[in-house]
Amino acid sequence: MISLRRLTKRYGSFTAVDAIDLEVPKGELFGFLGPNGAGKTTTLRMIAGILKPTGGEISIAGVDIGRDPIGAKMRLGFIPDRPFIYEKLTGAEFLRFVAGLYDQEGAEVEHRARELLALFDLEEWRDELVESYSHGMRQKLIISSAFVHRPEVIVVDEPMVGLDPKAARILKDLFREYTHRGHTIMMSTHTLEVAETLCDRVAIIAKGTIRACGTMAELRQSADAGTQGLEQIFLRLTGENAARELVDVLDA
Amino acid sequence: MPEQVLRPDPSLALLLRPKWLTARARAMTNERGRTARFGMLAAVGLGFWAFIFTLLYKLLVYFRGVPELGPFLAGKLLGLILIGFFSLLLLSNIITALSSFFLARDLDLLVAGPVDWLTLYGAKLLETGVNASWMVVLMGIPMFAAYGVAYQGGWAFPLIVLAVFLPFLVVPAVVGSAITLILVNVFPARRTRDILSVIAVLAAGGIVLLFRIVRPERLARPEGFRSLVEFVTILRTPTSPFLPSEWVQKTVLGWLNHRPDWLPLYLLWSTAAAAFVLGALLHRALYATGFSKAQESAQRWVRGSSTTGLGHRLLSPLGILRRELVLKELRLFFRDTTQWSQLILLAVLVVVYVFNIKYLPLKGEGITFFLVNVIPFLNLVLAGFVLASIAARFIFPSVSLEGRTLWLLRSSPMPVKDLLWAKFWVGTTPLLLLALGIVGVTNALLQVSDFMFAVSVMTITFMTLALCGMALGFGTLFPQFETENAAQIPTSFGGLMFMIASVCLIAAVIVLEARPVYGYLSSQFYNTPADPREMVIGFGLAIALCVAATVIPIGIARRRLEAVER
Repeated sequence: MISLRRLTKRYGSFTAVDAIDLEVPKGELFGFLGPNGAGKTTTLRMIAGILKPTGGEISIAGVDIGRDPIGAKMRLGFIPDRPFIYEKLTGAEFLRFVAGLYDQEGAEVEHRARELLALFDLEEWRDELVESYSHGMRQKLIISSAFVHRPEVIVVDEPMVGLDPKAARILKDLFREYTHRGHTIMMSTHTLEVAETLCDRVAIIAKGTIRACGTMAELRQSADAGTQGLEQIFLRLTGENAARELVDVLDA
Repeated sequence: MPEQVLRPDPSLALLLRPKWLTARARAMTNERGRTARFGMLAAVGLGFWAFIFTLLYKLLVYFRGVPELGPFLAGKLLGLILIGFFSLLLLSNIITALSSFFLARDLDLLVAGPVDWLTLYGAKLLETGVNASWMVVLMGIPMFAAYGVAYQGGWAFPLIVLAVFLPFLVVPAVVGSAITLILVNVFPARRTRDILSVIAVLAAGGIVLLFRIVRPERLARPEGFRSLVEFVTILRTPTSPFLPSEWVQKTVLGWLNHRPDWLPLYLLWSTAAAAFVLGALLHRALYATGFSKAQESAQRWVRGSSTTGLGHRLLSPLGILRRELVLKELRLFFRDTTQWSQLILLAVLVVVYVFNIKYLPLKGEGITFFLVNVIPFLNLVLAGFVLASIAARFIFPSVSLEGRTLWLLRSSPMPVKDLLWAKFWVGTTPLLLLALGIVGVTNALLQVSDFMFAVSVMTITFMTLALCGMALGFGTLFPQFETENAAQIPTSFGGLMFMIASVCLIAAVIVLEARPVYGYLSSQFYNTPADPREMVIGFGLAIALCVAATVIPIGIARRRLEAVER
């Protein structure tokens, strides 16, 4: 469903994403992990058509985003990490506007919008301007907007940031249910527990290259990690040594 | 018992350091075309200074030649300018104080940190004063220079100006910040911002209207007045011996007339010092409550109204995507007070323009057939300037304002050209109606011939389309994606480039049409047949130029926006 071939992004002499290959099949919930600055957000924004790759190819449901960007984007929903939206629209107007961008309108869209707002406890706020929403409420509204046009693929950057425990739980259930219905979700997260319990497969990226990719069992095997959890595998694969740094910092 | 901790006391310099470092980093940026940009700005700035200096210097030299009334006129003019400066400074400080004292991003850090209230007040007051006053200072330089040169103020004159102008800047900064502090304690900050933007625009509009109604150009022709009493009545400016502008005027004129008077200078400094102390005390008493209130967001409900339904029905032929884009543009515009309040300024601009046309002396001795017909033609130039400045205000910033939401538009299947054309038509339709209205009314006032009426309507229609296309194009080529204040976007370098390009376009259209218009008027006056080829070529080229200036910038904007990575 999502296919990346030799995907590369360079900013001057700095290579943010270095010729990565990835296949995410239909119906899969795929996790994308990595330390800060590893290239996660850059990769996701290239898949969403916001950034242009320096090299390589991206296809969404078989449609090459470079050759037919509109066709590829019709099948895609994107949830960014920072919830910037039109401050002077109400929640309901924003959802209607996003549906309009995908050429959708009518009773079905209205019904979906109502259901999504109710799901995230935003029903009472539907006619209030976004400028009065809290950070978490904006995040919920953006998540709702990605579902309102029922895309085949959803790309999510840090979905849990700013969400309260209830909304986080709802989102996990929503993601799981959505993929069970044959849709595909690719998400980046720093919450390893979320990735471990929610994702069918996980890729770990560091310094622009994919260090490991597979199910939890496959990752353990590749990292020679025995029965260790994702946190240990992550640290081992990304070369982080948190404990030593912590002691150094506290002793300084 | 809690352990004694060292109480840090961040200094004023430390608080101001990030501002200084930011400014320095911005100045050192190795951006492409920065030197050219700086050179262009410097040239325009110097040109502006030279223009103000020359104009004022000539006027002052003329005043010096008028016995008895001359010094009085020079003093009145200075008083008028200074009171204008003072009002501008007060207004500007009130608005700037809201951002720097209550909405700035660094406030969370500073208020949460162990920063002494007086240090915070000093840092924020300085920030407010600098941001609100730099433009007045820049305008003041050529003005005082003209007075100094015309009246031979000597080498010490700049020092005198510096000594009077510093406290003159401090007083409105303190008073403006205090007014904002009180307002924020009464209303929530967001609501205060809305109120202030409307007050500011109303005040600015009022000042412009008053200035026009006084018709200051008559001051240059004292002989045109029926009596001295009438002349002096015209000169009566709203002033008071308690206003700092009056003290500046007295000190400066005293020095220039070789009768130095130090009392006003003493009054200026003592008032500034007292204002600072009182302002600081008010800050200590009210700031904590005001800042806390400023964090509250406005609860504003927008219920679905009949206008939304009507808009949906009217725009439905456009299709879902274009209709939603147009509706979004309209909603964002009318719900943003800082944007629509500029409509009041626009109305003032139009009233002043029509007022000027009404008072044109088109009857009487020496007014020929040609002059009567050429003035409506040149009227198009003025109308073009008015439209260009409106397009700079409303259409130029529209792409920049999408900055933070570009992720949504770029990740959706919407073609960029649809977004640009939606913005173009939402901005152009009201502007075109306004343009036709202006030209219609002014042509009626000027009683132009049918031919000139047709030429005016055709020209202004195509010129409006071209100016709007260019505003959108330049706005996309020189975006200000990070700005939080839409009102600052038109004053950027890109805005300046757009205005220069607009002037070139207007001039080109007028030059292309001048020949056929002259040919037609000659044929009317001398009763000879007009050359139709001249008409076709002249008007045809003007229309082709306007169409190109509409379509090409939007095409360039589309490519530029498609390449933006945010």
